[in-house]
Amino acid sequence: MLNESPVDSLSLQPESVDDAARRAAVVPRLLFQPAARATRAAESVATVCLAAQRLSAFFGDIAAVRDVDLSMETCRVTAIIGPSGCGKSTLLRSFNRMHETVSGARVTGSVLLDGIPIYGDGTSAIAVRRHIGMVFQRPTPFPTMSIRDNVAAGLRVREGKMPSRRDTDDIVEDALQRAGLWAEVKDRLRTSAVAISGGQQQRLCIARALATKPRVLLLDEPTASLDPASTQKVEELVYDLRSTMTIVMVTHNMQQAARVSDRTAFMLNGSLIEVAPTNALFTTPQDARTEAYITGRFG
Amino acid sequence: MVSLTYIAAALATLPLIFILVHLVRAGAASINPAFFMQMPKPVGESGGGMANAIVGTLILISIAATVGLPIGIGAGLYLAEHKGKRLANTVRFLSDVLNGLPSIVMGIFAWQFLVRPAGHFSALAGGIALGVMMIPLVTRTTEEMIRIVPNSLREAALALGYQRWRTSLSIILRTALPGIVTGALVAVARVAGETAPLLFTAFGNQFWSAAIQRPIAALPLQIFTYAISPYDAWHSQAWAGALVLIGIVLVISIAARLATRSRFGSAVD
Repeated sequence: MLNESPVDSLSLQPESVDDAARRAAVVPRLLFQPAARATRAAESVATVCLAAQRLSAFFGDIAAVRDVDLSMETCRVTAIIGPSGCGKSTLLRSFNRMHETVSGARVTGSVLLDGIPIYGDGTSAIAVRRHIGMVFQRPTPFPTMSIRDNVAAGLRVREGKMPSRRDTDDIVEDALQRAGLWAEVKDRLRTSAVAISGGQQQRLCIARALATKPRVLLLDEPTASLDPASTQKVEELVYDLRSTMTIVMVTHNMQQAARVSDRTAFMLNGSLIEVAPTNALFTTPQDARTEAYITGRFG
Repeated sequence: MVSLTYIAAALATLPLIFILVHLVRAGAASINPAFFMQMPKPVGESGGGMANAIVGTLILISIAATVGLPIGIGAGLYLAEHKGKRLANTVRFLSDVLNGLPSIVMGIFAWQFLVRPAGHFSALAGGIALGVMMIPLVTRTTEEMIRIVPNSLREAALALGYQRWRTSLSIILRTALPGIVTGALVAVARVAGETAPLLFTAFGNQFWSAAIQRPIAALPLQIFTYAISPYDAWHSQAWAGALVLIGIVLVISIAARLATRSRFGSAVD
């Protein structure tokens, strides 16, 4: 039965009580229940989707991120900027518990997804990552899989039954459409995912992250290895995607942050210096260090 | 200077070409259907074949692969996933030592621990001796092939919600598979021609036997026996046996290459 697929239970549609009960039955191991999604109509009352509270991240004894408090609003793009080595990527990787995959790495403080602590007792990192998608600096298509199978890769590891072939095809098409890649690859879905260009590969990775319908999408310098034309496509994509999901993007490109984000956070030496609406941060920074960075005096 | 490297390259390929040409010239005449279908004939009778030795070698290779491949691939996966750990370094070192162990020593070991307690020679003992020889070869190539899989693929899979074990199996191992298969084939080819470990384990058998708890014939043993005999008919049989042995290795290689060929041709390698 089509309706029983777990992917469907995480869909963006408003859900009935039955849906919620069924989801609770289908996904018993999921310890947090995503709240109903805010619509564009509710924009004026921005709700917090993801929040870091006194978050510190360590590599061994060295703190890469110190005492960060940061709230990321639902259906907004939050950009994190700062010089190399300031801890912005580490902060991002703490949001989907990827930080702890490095040996000796640990996190203190908490991160809340819709009010539920992702580092809480009994919450598994696997379940967290299924709700918070991530795209990396370099495109990472799985070379042994076709374009279609790459997009469907995340569906295979969800709880419950794998969606049927036809449902998978629909999900793949939808994800590729949303990633703006469908028209370019629809005639070669079964061919190698590494035979397409770097920019297309990166959008494929975004499609792969979108296919599982995550609540949040984390982008770690997603255009750092792309040419200007591909960069523009990814930026437009990010701009469009925020109508349906919360996006957090790390970038070392200040123009990019200014172009696509609603709010910008500036980090330096592991600490969050300032966070403000993007316009305000770039025009009237409150902190002298922020001003020094955005005017190009260091970093 | 450059021309010297050309000469060296030519000299490096010369032995193989020379061996192949000579094998074909000396052995091809004895290769006929009977060679594959018939048992060895007694001295003085012409014709006959090495059916028992060919089947014996295939059985020994199968036993060796059953023992050597899972252990070798598993150990290689462990070494690649735990690089830098003390235990991993120790395992890698011991594996290299095992790789350098003379094959005759492996034979004595198998005789001591498998043949003597059982009280008789057996195909099983020979296959296990060959399988143990495969372990370090497979371990090393598996580790190296897994290590060249970029870490970014592992991260991408984990970020999608893949469990650790699933990332290792369906992403990392799968990506490294063509290289691992090639390494496994090199190992199979290497042990298929081993003679010393079989001398006092599989022992050889003049009669038909496919039972793994009994002594079994093997091409290298049969080649050895025939080559040191004083009879010309046996000498040409030995050449034919050598040709068939190389042929078996070649067929296994080609078959496995086809089986693991990338679905996307040369775009993925």
